[in-house]
Amino acid sequence: MKEQADPMAAEMPRAVARRTPSPYRWRRATNAIMTGLCALMVAIAVVPLISILYLVISRGIGSLSLTFFTHLPAPVGETGGGIGNALVGTLYIVGLACFIGLPFGIGAGVFLAERGDGKLGHAVRFTAEVLSGVPSVIIGVVAYGLVVMPMHRFSAIAGAVALGILMVPTLARSTEEMVRLVPRSLREASLALGVPAWKTSLFVVLRTSLGGLVNAALLSVARAAGETAPLLFTALNNQYWNFRPDQPTASLTVQIYNYAISPYEDWHQKAWGAALCLLLLVGLLSLTARALAGRRQTGPA
Amino acid sequence: MRRRNDPSAGGHAGDQVFAGSLTLFGGGVLVVFGLIVLVCVQLSRPAFAKIGFFHFLAGSDWNPVEDSFGALPFIYGTLVTAAIAIVVAVPVSIGLALFLTEMAPARVRRVVGFFVELLAGIPSVVYGLWGLMVLVPLLRSSVQPALGKAFGFVPLFSGPPLGLGYLAAGLILAIMILPTIASVSVEVLRTMPSSLREGALALGATRWEAIRMAVLPYARRGMLGAVMLGLGRALGETMAVTMLIGNQPEIHASLFAPGYSLASVIANEYAEATGAIHPGALTGLALVLFGVTLLLSASARLLVRLSTGQLRSAA
Repeated sequence: MKEQADPMAAEMPRAVARRTPSPYRWRRATNAIMTGLCALMVAIAVVPLISILYLVISRGIGSLSLTFFTHLPAPVGETGGGIGNALVGTLYIVGLACFIGLPFGIGAGVFLAERGDGKLGHAVRFTAEVLSGVPSVIIGVVAYGLVVMPMHRFSAIAGAVALGILMVPTLARSTEEMVRLVPRSLREASLALGVPAWKTSLFVVLRTSLGGLVNAALLSVARAAGETAPLLFTALNNQYWNFRPDQPTASLTVQIYNYAISPYEDWHQKAWGAALCLLLLVGLLSLTARALAGRRQTGPA
Repeated sequence: MRRRNDPSAGGHAGDQVFAGSLTLFGGGVLVVFGLIVLVCVQLSRPAFAKIGFFHFLAGSDWNPVEDSFGALPFIYGTLVTAAIAIVVAVPVSIGLALFLTEMAPARVRRVVGFFVELLAGIPSVVYGLWGLMVLVPLLRSSVQPALGKAFGFVPLFSGPPLGLGYLAAGLILAIMILPTIASVSVEVLRTMPSSLREGALALGATRWEAIRMAVLPYARRGMLGAVMLGLGRALGETMAVTMLIGNQPEIHASLFAPGYSLASVIANEYAEATGAIHPGALTGLALVLFGVTLLLSASARLLVRLSTGQLRSAA
């Protein structure tokens, strides 16, 4: 066995060539142990997940009722009330954020796919990758400096700016991937028919990757809806309904946070309920995205 | 390199407008980056002017009432919790990645892959809630007393079992960065040419020997990148840590003790900070965090790209 290994020494890691074979039984035992260890790691990783999902569902489901979805939070000391304003607030802030995040994210992604091979493209791609690793709380600080300070108040629009900025880097990267999946022959066919390059890009290439773009957009919206940290000091919170972009606004995530760190058992109960709500919202968006992606994969791409 | 799409480009106004607006959007990403730096530097200037940058970094007293600001307890808390997270999460996620790519049958692979995706999709405030209601009581009532009994002579595991503290925050971080490390590792392992693995197996290696001698040496660099990405996430993670670390701006040797982290003090105090110095100091902390995560994420991306790129050209 050693002789056979030698000619390969340049290709294979040196350890293979140098290694003196130990008894087969011992080697098989090691193999079994390591396989078992890896399986154990899978189990360790899955336990917290199951615990989280189980508790959120089992403890949260008791809170869900029509009142919970439609009423304002009850004042301290009173039981009852709901998270209606927080639910609407999350939808409102995330909706506003889409106006910033979606065009810039998708636009930057299309730029990367269509014109991204130059120096600027490489710089933009690398910046987007690096930005997606920047903590969201820092983006909150930026939104505070850009919106809250000049306006002298916390507002839904400040929260939306933070979430919108957060959406851009990851959405840009996934958009680029989706657009690059479009077969080159489609583009060439269109160009060969004399269609101008910009029309080809918009109505042939982008049209073809539309499903992928919707999928990427939904995932980034889901991620934005689950953010808490950048909202704490931009949109702040609100005990009441608010539909004005220049006023503090409640959100599901901030509400969960406030309820969770409170000392009241009733509020803990509400925190689980709100968490179930949030998971359902995020899960629904991701599942829709997944369904779209599944349908796309059956196509020629 | 891709050629220009339209060989007769230049004449079409539509093309120029389209290309121009695309470039504008692309440039927007660079503008966002510039804005982050600009706003952070601008906002933190009053604090640095008053305290001095190095004095700020090395100071360990944090008292907003007396305008005394030192970053050390937060830097310490951030590093300690991230270290716990890495120590716990790396073996688990590498084992998971190896199991998924090298060992599991296709059906198991799909199920576990789906679970990992789910884990990555749970919002951090839900992790915090779970940590507060499940992990902290568990640590306080059984894990910390047991650890204290067994290893109490080490300063790391001494002190009263409070539940809230570095250990709780570090463990929740471990769970949260696990999907990051695992999924990037899987990506790296997938790009490995299978001829290497097959070569080792053909020479009579067992599956584990093939992993150890052919797979791991090849994927090492990419996996290091994966771990660094996870570390970056652990350093910047805010909500779950804020809810579990105990929020005391102090430095303790014991992992059971409460502390504070860079991200969580920003989350807790920013909304209530008044004047110029307190928000300035908090933004200073944000700047430190930004610098560290930037460096980590840039080098991690380079490593992963080097690794997968090199593998692709070799295949």
